[in-house]
Amino acid sequence: MSSIAIIDYGMGNLRSVAKALEQVAPNVRVIVTQNRADILHADRVVFPGQGSIRDCMRELAHWNLTDVVREAALNKPFLGLCLGPQALLTFSEENGGVDCLNVLPGRVVWFGELRDPRTGERLKVPHMGWNQVHQKSSHPLWQGIAQDSRFYFVHSYYLQSAEPSLVVGHTWYGFDFASAIARDNIFAVQFHPEKSAQAGLRLLANFADWSP
Amino acid sequence: MGLAKRIIPCLDVDRGRVVKGVKFVEIRDAGDPVEIARRYDQQGADEITFLDITASSDDRETMVHVVEQVASQVFIPLTVGGGIRTLGDVRRMLNAGADKVSINTAAIARPEFVREAAERFGNQCIVVAIDAKAVHQDGETPRWEIFTHGGRKPTGIDAVEWARRMNAYGAGEILLTSMDRDGTKRGFNLELTRAISEAVTIPVIASGGVGTLDHLAEGILLGKADAVLAASIFHFAEYTIEQAKRHMQARGIEVRL
Repeated sequence: MSSIAIIDYGMGNLRSVAKALEQVAPNVRVIVTQNRADILHADRVVFPGQGSIRDCMRELAHWNLTDVVREAALNKPFLGLCLGPQALLTFSEENGGVDCLNVLPGRVVWFGELRDPRTGERLKVPHMGWNQVHQKSSHPLWQGIAQDSRFYFVHSYYLQSAEPSLVVGHTWYGFDFASAIARDNIFAVQFHPEKSAQAGLRLLANFADWSP
Repeated sequence: MGLAKRIIPCLDVDRGRVVKGVKFVEIRDAGDPVEIARRYDQQGADEITFLDITASSDDRETMVHVVEQVASQVFIPLTVGGGIRTLGDVRRMLNAGADKVSINTAAIARPEFVREAAERFGNQCIVVAIDAKAVHQDGETPRWEIFTHGGRKPTGIDAVEWARRMNAYGAGEILLTSMDRDGTKRGFNLELTRAISEAVTIPVIASGGVGTLDHLAEGILLGKADAVLAASIFHFAEYTIEQAKRHMQARGIEVRL
């Protein structure tokens, strides 16, 4: 039986992620864990996160998981969710500036004061609700998901990849930002597939089957 | 292309059972929160809000189980309101699978609670619920005040000022109910909704008074709300969520279909 470890480092509720994976992959063992060995031995790893990036980096260090996350991100199917992909980049503007894991090159930037350039209307931050993800390139995790499908987002900071080739999905909120980035065995999304109904469940099912 | 405006059905839950007679065709158990949430999900609801109206705090634990059950089977965002008074209450609901909690009277009793909850759990999961009523006379400059206890008890707090303050304290969203409209089916108080929505930088959910699909569209187009919440027009099967979305789309509103 293959296994998926969801890294539990105290940043947000992981129950929904686990339940959604159990629903789409009944033959996979899903474990929510902060145990280093569990994470390193799992076939696949999910790196979720909610809250602020400073707390995220601090909690990873507190649970002695920083190097484990880096290692898993280098050698096995690895799915980052919401704050997860932000933590994978080099640096975040949040909390006055925080150094992140630097697994992928890029920065995390605040949305700030946004206006819709078409209408001049103010755009609310956090960017909250269902927005479209435009698939920039084909990827096994997009399989069976219609182009421009909607996913559920809630965030105030966005991913700014240093390498445009890493961006596999983008979303428009006053401008186009990277909503999905990928490289080799890593796939990381700004939205919440576990809260994105059918499209989200399909993405999680694809991850459970993914052999990069 | 862009962010969709949301439609959120709201369910009142008393001791673990949905009340106010939800009517679906061929539903096995009209009081079962899981079954009803699943129906709304299938119809395309963008989120679901549960309002715990359980009077006795002894029975509050039931709501935790309701949230656990629903969150295990319905994969869209869930918000829980009613009786959220401590950081422990917030944590319990989030751990059970709620994505957001809605804080109302506890914020009025102690505004710092909102700041503490947002710092601890993140702004994204803290919704501040505002129940407001017009207190101006005809011809005067519009003014709205916060009321508690189902609209019976005035607080003297100006609703627009309060919304700004809760925004500054770290609320991620405002759930605004116009108490003069709640249950009237005369539509949202659009002037109030717009005043609040323009005063804050965070999303605003309009609530209170929806009787027709046009009311939903007006909440967005004229009230400038980011989402609309309704109960009875969906519960009594007057309209499905999908019909509401098609109607909004026909009026030029971006929705998830």
